[in-house]
Amino acid sequence: MSEKTTNQKAWLLVAPVVILVAFNALIPLMTVVNYSVQETFGDNVFFWEGMKWFEDVLHSERFHASLLRQLSFTGIILAIEVPLGVAIALTMPKKGPWVSVCLVLMALPLLIPWNVVGAMWNIFALPDIGLLGKMINGLGIDYNFTQQPMAAWFTTILMDVWHWTSLVVLLAYAGLCSIPDAYYQAARIDGASRWAVFRFIQLPKMKRVLTIAVLLRFMDSFMIYTEPFVLTGGGPGNTTTFLSIDLVKIALGQFDLGPAAAMSLIYFLIILLLSWIFYTLMMRNEEQ
Amino acid sequence: MANITLNKIRHSYTADIEKSGDWALKEMDVVWQDGGAYALLGPSGCGKTTLLNIISGLLVPTEGRVLFDDRDVTDLPSDQRQIAQVFQFPVVYDTMTVFDNLAFPLRNRGMAPDMITARVHEIAQMLDLEEVLNNRASGLTADGKQKISLGRGLVRSDVNVIMFDEPLTVIDPHLKWLLRSKLKELHQQVKATMIYVTHDQTEALTFADKVVVMHDGVVVQIGTPVELFEKPNHTFVGHFIGSPGMNLLPCELHNGEPRFEGHTIGVSAPFKMPQPNAQLQIGIRPEFVRFAEQGLPVDIVKVDDVGRYRIVETRINNQTIKIVSPEGISIPADKAHIRFEQESTHLYADHWILT
Repeated sequence: MSEKTTNQKAWLLVAPVVILVAFNALIPLMTVVNYSVQETFGDNVFFWEGMKWFEDVLHSERFHASLLRQLSFTGIILAIEVPLGVAIALTMPKKGPWVSVCLVLMALPLLIPWNVVGAMWNIFALPDIGLLGKMINGLGIDYNFTQQPMAAWFTTILMDVWHWTSLVVLLAYAGLCSIPDAYYQAARIDGASRWAVFRFIQLPKMKRVLTIAVLLRFMDSFMIYTEPFVLTGGGPGNTTTFLSIDLVKIALGQFDLGPAAAMSLIYFLIILLLSWIFYTLMMRNEEQ
Repeated sequence: MANITLNKIRHSYTADIEKSGDWALKEMDVVWQDGGAYALLGPSGCGKTTLLNIISGLLVPTEGRVLFDDRDVTDLPSDQRQIAQVFQFPVVYDTMTVFDNLAFPLRNRGMAPDMITARVHEIAQMLDLEEVLNNRASGLTADGKQKISLGRGLVRSDVNVIMFDEPLTVIDPHLKWLLRSKLKELHQQVKATMIYVTHDQTEALTFADKVVVMHDGVVVQIGTPVELFEKPNHTFVGHFIGSPGMNLLPCELHNGEPRFEGHTIGVSAPFKMPQPNAQLQIGIRPEFVRFAEQGLPVDIVKVDDVGRYRIVETRINNQTIKIVSPEGISIPADKAHIRFEQESTHLYADHWILT
């Protein structure tokens, strides 16, 4: 083999990527880091504050409350969307004309912009004029999501399930379709029950796509902003104020850029940490 | 244990069969004797797997009945037929250990745990799987996985028939041979009927006592390897089995004798007169063509030395005749005369043998 050639021009080939990443990730991130350790009153005048904002945020009861709300919300929607998505995928046909019908129906909610989803559900759930709100009240249940925390949570979760279960369905369906027929035939010959087929064939084969589905849903729901903002605006009171809504309130409502920047970084690290823990746990099983 | 009878079986995958006439399996009556080692041989797409799935109950035939001894099982699901099937791609339950994989069919049938353990160990010993019993099945090589698939069939002591659907496709060549002799050995031990689907004639002829040859949805011949070689019932059997395959030469009848290129050819047995428009062919295997002092004059086109014998390609007008010539026989330079051994020369009308 000949010697390796050295050609510094190769840097030109990676330069576009470096510039792109720098401008859309590194530089904005560093700006946030910059804000998080300083105090500013505008006019580009900065005062060094060190770790103060981080300590404030970590000890703030308001942050604890939003974080708890966020964790509960994400936990609940994962607990509903993943099993429901798998269940729907299992009932979808494997071939025939209905496949495309089902796929299009499933994809529809995913195509609707987030703020439109929020607006739709807002109107849909209004107790006086909304179809859903009117119906629930018609059943004799007192329901008003603009005033009752429980109703607000119920509506927000229902909206998220409606919007995002499809993603789990599509991923799980793709996993199911990749199982060769021979597996089902062998299971039939082995006398396996429907449950055994699910437990020992379908679930293991879906594991990889489900890992991706749970990760995506975890990250997305943990960062959720637009839909609950449009639907409830974080209310009534603070009851549906999730982390990102709280963050925007601090940053743009109160213009506390320092604490907001510190909170963004903590927020970011929490997502990163949880995703990493989750991914490692799922993959460790795989290697055994 | 039972004889398996296929009674007037026909199958089509298209719903509107009356209109299309598109039969994947054309009408057939086949009996599989209890304890036999069968090979189902034919090219891809000839209906082998369809036939197999009908026996195993994964498919219900469009017409006809499947009988296990006298019991009609046509409408019974696979798990109630006491059959086992090994698929082309190894099927193992990834999350289970090898032991659990082998125990799975027994557990599904509610057998007592200590009996399961005993039985699994017995089968694992037969298949040389004892050392890996506690490993995860997903970590095994393809041949190990294929042994597990086979083992899941063998553990059940009540199986009538074990079916293999091209089981060695994904196995490394040097392991193929080992696994094939293992199958043969197991057949002696367990004495269950085995049906082995393949498109590879070597696999079929080495494994089976009886070979069922299929072509285009039809069973064209059932016979021992020797019968298929010496007296093919159909021109397809002639050229599909054997290497090189049978020489098939167009001919016509002249005074009741087949004539080829102006020469009268003697055939093995007297025959009934064929339909007037039938396409007539003389079939002779290259092994039974000899060089002679006189006979058909041919030009020698090519000689391939394949070791223990040579394949000589000769030509008369536009017809190619191949000859397998053993070592030690000298081959004429470019012109020669050949003759056919009469007892191995057969006459075919529209591809079926005339008798």
